[in-house]
Amino acid sequence: MKLSDSDFALFAVPEQFRQDRTQIDARWKELQREAHPDRFAAQGAAAQRVAMQWSVRVNEAYQRLKDPLKRAAYLCEMRGAPIEAENNTAMPAAFLMQQMQWREALEEAEGEGDLQSLDDALQVARRELLADIEVKLDQAGDAPGASGQVRALMFIERFAHDVASRFEQLGQ
Amino acid sequence: MALLQISEPGQAPDPHARRIAVGIDLGTTHSLVAAVRHGVSECLPDDAGRVILPSVVRYLEGGRRQIGFDALAQRALDPENTIASAKRFMGRGLADIAGRENLPYRFIDQPGMVALQTRDGAKSPVEVSAEILATLRYRAEDTFADDLYGAVITVPAYFDGAQRQATKDAAQLAGLNVLRLINEPTAAAIAYGLDNGSEGVYAVYDLGGGTFDISILRLSRGVFEVIATGGDSALGGDDYDRALAQVMLHGANLALTTPEDKAAIEVAARSAKEVLSAAETTTVQAVMFGQERNFNVTRADFEAATADLTARTLAAVRKALRDARLQKDEVQGVVMVGGSTRMPQVQRAVGDFFGREPLTNLNPDEVVALGAAIQANALAGNDSAGDLLLLDVIPLSLGIETMGGLVERIVHRNETIPTAKAQDFTTYRDGQTALALHVVQGERDLVADCRSLARFELRGIPPMAAGAARIRVTFTVDADGLLSVSAQEQGSGVEARIDVKPSYGLSDDEVARMLQESFSTAQQDMTARALVEARVDADRLVLATRSALTADGHLLSGADRAAIEAAIAHLEHTAREAAEAAQVEAASEALAQATEGFAAERMNHSIQKALAGRKVESL
Repeated sequence: MKLSDSDFALFAVPEQFRQDRTQIDARWKELQREAHPDRFAAQGAAAQRVAMQWSVRVNEAYQRLKDPLKRAAYLCEMRGAPIEAENNTAMPAAFLMQQMQWREALEEAEGEGDLQSLDDALQVARRELLADIEVKLDQAGDAPGASGQVRALMFIERFAHDVASRFEQLGQ
Repeated sequence: MALLQISEPGQAPDPHARRIAVGIDLGTTHSLVAAVRHGVSECLPDDAGRVILPSVVRYLEGGRRQIGFDALAQRALDPENTIASAKRFMGRGLADIAGRENLPYRFIDQPGMVALQTRDGAKSPVEVSAEILATLRYRAEDTFADDLYGAVITVPAYFDGAQRQATKDAAQLAGLNVLRLINEPTAAAIAYGLDNGSEGVYAVYDLGGGTFDISILRLSRGVFEVIATGGDSALGGDDYDRALAQVMLHGANLALTTPEDKAAIEVAARSAKEVLSAAETTTVQAVMFGQERNFNVTRADFEAATADLTARTLAAVRKALRDARLQKDEVQGVVMVGGSTRMPQVQRAVGDFFGREPLTNLNPDEVVALGAAIQANALAGNDSAGDLLLLDVIPLSLGIETMGGLVERIVHRNETIPTAKAQDFTTYRDGQTALALHVVQGERDLVADCRSLARFELRGIPPMAAGAARIRVTFTVDADGLLSVSAQEQGSGVEARIDVKPSYGLSDDEVARMLQESFSTAQQDMTARALVEARVDADRLVLATRSALTADGHLLSGADRAAIEAAIAHLEHTAREAAEAAQVEAASEALAQATEGFAAERMNHSIQKALAGRKVESL
């Protein structure tokens, strides 16, 4: 086992998009039991430094594996189709239309009911995208296609964040 | 099939080399120290048999000071020089301190952490806290007639990086080896043994003298995560005293005229409150308007007058549950912390709210220190069961300032720690050799709305054309939630030098200066002390290395093993012969470096073993 092994190898889970969250959580804790600096509190500076490196690495892998968006982006990159969201903003026209409609709906939203139905629509879109990403990565071997869907998902997450801030404003 | 786990022989340290480790609850109004003795966690008393140490320091003429009960007794006579509640000022600027106009201190408004002017000069809250920690350290060392190996110190779950760093600096000043900072609610949960009980969600309800904190913890597989915190920093037992004092005055048709009367009636109210925890009615005396008066109070009146205070705590509990996205019936247990939770109406209200009896069988003043001691004992390697692992999350996001005063988040709130994040920067001018970074903590998008944590200056960047340098800055947050930063130019591999200016903390230089001024250790020779400490550290390292060699020596080649043995021998020799701490420290560092590869190999090995074990299990 090396620090440079993939997240999947480190967590001993199959290298695929579909993952069992409870298994990821359990593995995280198993690995931290071995690697956490607290385990080496009585063992000198060298052991502490190594433990720190491993513990950081385990947490890094955990953050990526447990989050579907980050996990998908990581797999796309492993398979030669990096997301490169900064340089690659080209999206299908239909998707951009949908985005504009949502933005308008957010601007015109009055009260919690409007926001809630917008949020529901986002949830549906998110689920559909994740299902499609799973097919593309785990069955069709289409990493570039999945990469495009990950970018779409990133748009949605950003928008969902804006919706959430509006919810908070209402709550105050 | 269930597999039995067998612990490895040779893991437990020599029983004769049992290390003394304590837990310290550094509280706003009072502090305690506890240790595990004969397998039981207990608070250590002072000479007079008292376990509580009021967190009060009074500065006298000639560098002398009073600490604890002695200082508390003089507080009314000498308010300017008698510092209480220093915890509220840790890692804070003057503008951050709520209600400062009602405090009797002479605050020094300066960049960074506020200081207090006393007759013994300016005192940082870190120095005041260090006095309290040192007092508890001496108490523990006297109890065991031995040096301390280390301490676990508790902090509120919501403490930010500056406040945690200030706490750690205070411990360093007090000569304590900090094994870990842990969150107060987590310590309370450990004291109740929740870590080896059933998995689930727990609430820790902490009503102290002046503050109320609610924390929601999740426990699974022996790992605690703080999932939400909340509370009211201006609500505590003192408010109950004041409310009861009003009832008493009203009942006797009196009105306050002087501060002395106000103080007298509040003291009387406090003692009435304590009696009413067990009795239905009581009569207390107070000298008012120059004559002694009796006041009759009933528990029913007291409860009616304070119902809104209790309701305010429950409002904060509801909010914390909302933040955690939990229903109250999902909470499996409620831990009561703080002396004010002795009041029957508080226990009843909390029990009614959650629909279950809160846990109250441990002393609510002691429970945090007791839990910290259990953790300290485990970290020192004394607990052979040693299965307790505390995983923490960072309570507030860390980010850096970018163009236009915006925050770019680097480590997100509730991310598991330790963690490290790298970020690449470049230069914008030809030949630029320095770069400034501003690290902030908070959830808002504007730098102005977040707390400034530190400013870093990177120097020694090799001069290059604008945009050609590629400086990778790595932000590392350790298991205590404390930040450190390193930087390297990627093309040349040159390490940039980093100057840190903590926004609300002490710089390394300031800590060094305070150590020099040797407060609290005034009578001790600092150089002799440093040598003793370096020797203790050296012994500790040799012991740890030997036990690692016994357990995993087979992983080493003959040459590597010989190099480590030689470094051990050199360190042992130096520790015996050297007259200066620096020489011993250098030899310790040499041994640490010689074992770097071995430590990495051992870690690989144990990770492999963890995975191998699992694969067999899942077959």
